[in-house]
Amino acid sequence: MASPLLSRVSISNATAGNTISFSSSVSNGLLWRRSAAFPDKSRRKVSTVQAKIREIFMPALSSTMTEGKIVSWIKSEGDVLSKGESVVVVESDKADMDVETFYDGILAAIVVGDGEVAPVGAPIGLLAETEEEIAEAKAKASKSGSSAPPPPPPPAPAAASASPAAPAVAPAKSAASAPVPDGPKKIVATPFAKKLAKQHKVDIGSVVGTGPFGRITPADVEAAAGISPSKSTGVNEVSPVAAAPAPVAAAAPKAAASPAPPPIPGSTVVPFTTMQAAVSKNMVESLSVPTFRVGYPVLTDKLDALYEKVKPKGVTMTALLAKAAAMALAQHPVVNASCKDGKSFTYNSSINIAVAVAINGGLITPVLQDADKLDLYLLSQKWKELVEKARAKQLQAHEYNSGTFTLSNLGMFGVDRFDAILPPGQGAIMAVGASKPTVVTDKDGFFSVKSKMLVNVTADHRIIYGADLAAFLQTFAKIVENPESLTL
Amino acid sequence: MHSSLSLSFSSSTAIPRSGYSSELSCAAPPSPLNLRFCGLRREALGFSSPKRNDSRRVVVSSRGRSTKVSASVSENGSAPKAFDYDLVIIGAGVGGHGAALHAVEKGLKTAIIEGDVVGGTCVNRGCVPSKALLAVSGRMRELQSEHHLKALGLQVSAAGYDRQGVADHANNLASKIRNNLTNSMKALGVDILTGVGTILGPQKVKYGKVGFSENVITAKNIIIATGSVPLVPRGIEVDGKTVITSDHALKLEFVPDWIAIVGSGYIGLEFSDVYTALGSEVTFIEALDQLMPGFDPEIGKLAQRVLINPRKIDYHTGVFASKITPAKDGKPVRIELIDAKTKEPKDALEVDAALIATGRAPFTNGLGLENINVVTQRGFVPVDERMRVLDADGNLVPHLYCIGDANGKMMLAHAASAQGISVVEQVTGKDHVLNHLSIPAACFTHPEISMVGLTEPQAREKAEKEGFEVSVAKTSFKANTKALAENEGEGLAKLIYRPDNGEILGVHIFGLHAADLIHEASNAIALGTRIQDIKFAVHAHPTLSEVLDELFKSAKVHAHVPSPVSEPVTV
Repeated sequence: MASPLLSRVSISNATAGNTISFSSSVSNGLLWRRSAAFPDKSRRKVSTVQAKIREIFMPALSSTMTEGKIVSWIKSEGDVLSKGESVVVVESDKADMDVETFYDGILAAIVVGDGEVAPVGAPIGLLAETEEEIAEAKAKASKSGSSAPPPPPPPAPAAASASPAAPAVAPAKSAASAPVPDGPKKIVATPFAKKLAKQHKVDIGSVVGTGPFGRITPADVEAAAGISPSKSTGVNEVSPVAAAPAPVAAAAPKAAASPAPPPIPGSTVVPFTTMQAAVSKNMVESLSVPTFRVGYPVLTDKLDALYEKVKPKGVTMTALLAKAAAMALAQHPVVNASCKDGKSFTYNSSINIAVAVAINGGLITPVLQDADKLDLYLLSQKWKELVEKARAKQLQAHEYNSGTFTLSNLGMFGVDRFDAILPPGQGAIMAVGASKPTVVTDKDGFFSVKSKMLVNVTADHRIIYGADLAAFLQTFAKIVENPESLTL
Repeated sequence: MHSSLSLSFSSSTAIPRSGYSSELSCAAPPSPLNLRFCGLRREALGFSSPKRNDSRRVVVSSRGRSTKVSASVSENGSAPKAFDYDLVIIGAGVGGHGAALHAVEKGLKTAIIEGDVVGGTCVNRGCVPSKALLAVSGRMRELQSEHHLKALGLQVSAAGYDRQGVADHANNLASKIRNNLTNSMKALGVDILTGVGTILGPQKVKYGKVGFSENVITAKNIIIATGSVPLVPRGIEVDGKTVITSDHALKLEFVPDWIAIVGSGYIGLEFSDVYTALGSEVTFIEALDQLMPGFDPEIGKLAQRVLINPRKIDYHTGVFASKITPAKDGKPVRIELIDAKTKEPKDALEVDAALIATGRAPFTNGLGLENINVVTQRGFVPVDERMRVLDADGNLVPHLYCIGDANGKMMLAHAASAQGISVVEQVTGKDHVLNHLSIPAACFTHPEISMVGLTEPQAREKAEKEGFEVSVAKTSFKANTKALAENEGEGLAKLIYRPDNGEILGVHIFGLHAADLIHEASNAIALGTRIQDIKFAVHAHPTLSEVLDELFKSAKVHAHVPSPVSEPVTV
């Protein structure tokens, strides 16, 4: 609040326009009080001449208001004002309000005219007590007009967008701004980026744009202002593919904060596809979950035999493994649960097995829904459809983001064991290695050669503990080693 | 409900009649048919009561009456005596549909010609699918407004959407309404003729699909209701993908990160609401010096504070988009701006998409207007206040009417329908002039904007010319219990009226459900209800309608004006 004298704020009522009363004198508060204590006009005239020319200040009409625009002066210069009368309409960031005077007098001069902007506390008009003082007030107004003009309004949006003030910064940070060509270039900033820049008083010309076509995004401005990106105020489309813009925005400030080492000459930068960006986002997000891993050997001779039998009917190994995992999950619901808020278990009502698939340089996880309920043949058929849809990029959102447990199989490449990253929103993921002939000893000490496959489950330790996972794996191994139940 | 009760008191008992009671009782007849056509000018309302009874008789024995009327029409016409149809409507949009339904009610044998799909712009590419998108954007906005939800004590985890699902909702709604429209006409026996309709001469129309044999039919009266298409100014290349019109945008094929919207009227404003709710940033390009031209300035200013400033929107005003090139070869959409007055190049924008919302152009090509010596004005069919088509010499073309966007009087779906009904009234022997000042309009942003009648500057200009006084009353939604319960106190209702006689000149509302609230005011204007009367109508508490109740009560009408409901009546 600019003046301690702004004493009465009368908001008349909600139905009528809001009205603010205020007034002040040119001199400081002490003087004013003294003059108020000695209402004898003639004496005052002798002692303090300026005291009778009062300034009308730009009032603060809301807590967030820093400047106000004069909508219109209700009174014009020379009008006689009486206490409580509305003098001027001021527009704040929130509303238009009538501002009324606290003093009788004559509106001697208007310092800030209609449509002009002044910061809170700046004089916008002068009030004279008598007609003789009008000339004096006018002189004062013209003087103050030159000596203490209302500071120029902070860069208006137009100025900000057009300002070619600091294009030199861009080449300086060439590493971070690879797509920006050298030489002065028009600054392109998105509407929200401009708003943020104004709000945080960031010179938009000094911000390096990392958005498409080198444009300045809201995240760039936030990075420049040194604030953490507002937690996704943007709207995410549900699909991870379309959520891509968010990770770009979230990652940008980090990149800008710690300048990357200069690229090795001749290297090429290929931006992520939307699918790759979604993967990147999910992977970074996964770091916030405390995970652990438990491995388990599973003998697969019987499973292999079964596979040979059902293969002609279109059953794939993926379907067999998904079915086995789903049946094991049915007995261990906690492994099918997820931890959404760090405070509770979310037990999922259905067992939806997501299966990681590498596709066109990307990675997607089509989901076999209700894998425990569907029979093997239906499951295989469903899987075939999903893969075809994934190739054609026609998967619906629920077909790739409704998984409750993920299966990742690199066995076909000869990988014997690996470690998977737990995707956000799920409780566990199973990494399946290749099934290989291995010498094993049975409990009687006889050696034999059996096909053995190592599975490794990564789980969220907030909800799934070691014993849970071990018990689940034991069940899984039992199902795979006695696979008859899979065909039921 | 309550207001109709209080009105029926006056008609059911013999109260000393004043000048207003006759108008009031217009609302009282129980037949809903009559209620719909009260959008008369005051002079048209000045019927004596026997005449009004007469019009009610028309409804009762409509069939017999209309044949009599048609006989008299053909007597003084020179055209053939036997017609295929009493009425042929070219264009099955909302205007044509409204006219067709009313024509059947009046006993006319009616046909409607449609070259595309039934429902026209409104149902297929306009009001209807856009409302589906806005329903989604409204909910998204609510779910994203953490502050707002918290104030209500609600917790919602991050809201998301499935673009295709949203697009499907809009599309499904359009097809549902289209089917409803088609079925309602079929059920009533309106012949739906497929093909492009062309006027061959007086009372003669041909229609047929391109490449098929054409049929010629005769009609006693013809209504042109061909509507409009999005207007694309010169220099703008629409590719349907990155540079689009509302036709494409309603399919919501993609949600760009940054979209420029050319034009900040109803269409542009509604789309800015949709796009920002779905996560886009928006840049408005407006040729006039301020955003939202056409709205009452005060409402526009408040709307800008709520709908534009806090959102991810910026704007360029006073500029034309002289050239817009779609995105291709890895380059973004490029928009060149020139000063609207000096025509000098001003700026250039690079955005992900551009939506052209500069208005709509009448669709009147191929209508065969040259066959009857009618020359369009900027594409619009010239008409008089009764929607009768005027030829090149300014003479009336007999038996030919034009309604809706094609005449450009008021480009709103419900205005077209009202004009159609007015025309049917005329051709069935009852003179009727539609009072366009009683037709409400609404913009379905969140919150909504609605209006009826004059804006304040228009009212003041009229007042100056005609020498009467204008007063303005305002109420805020902040004082309304229901709005506060919804935590949606942002809003303003504004009444522009004559303090000398209490006539309502205009009402403008910005706030929660403004589009639904406006009808109390538009009905009052249509029926000629004065403020001193309507202020006694009772509103249920607590409802948003009390915003208007308070508005009427806060108006200060000079006391000497007589009021017909001032005397207590017991029932």
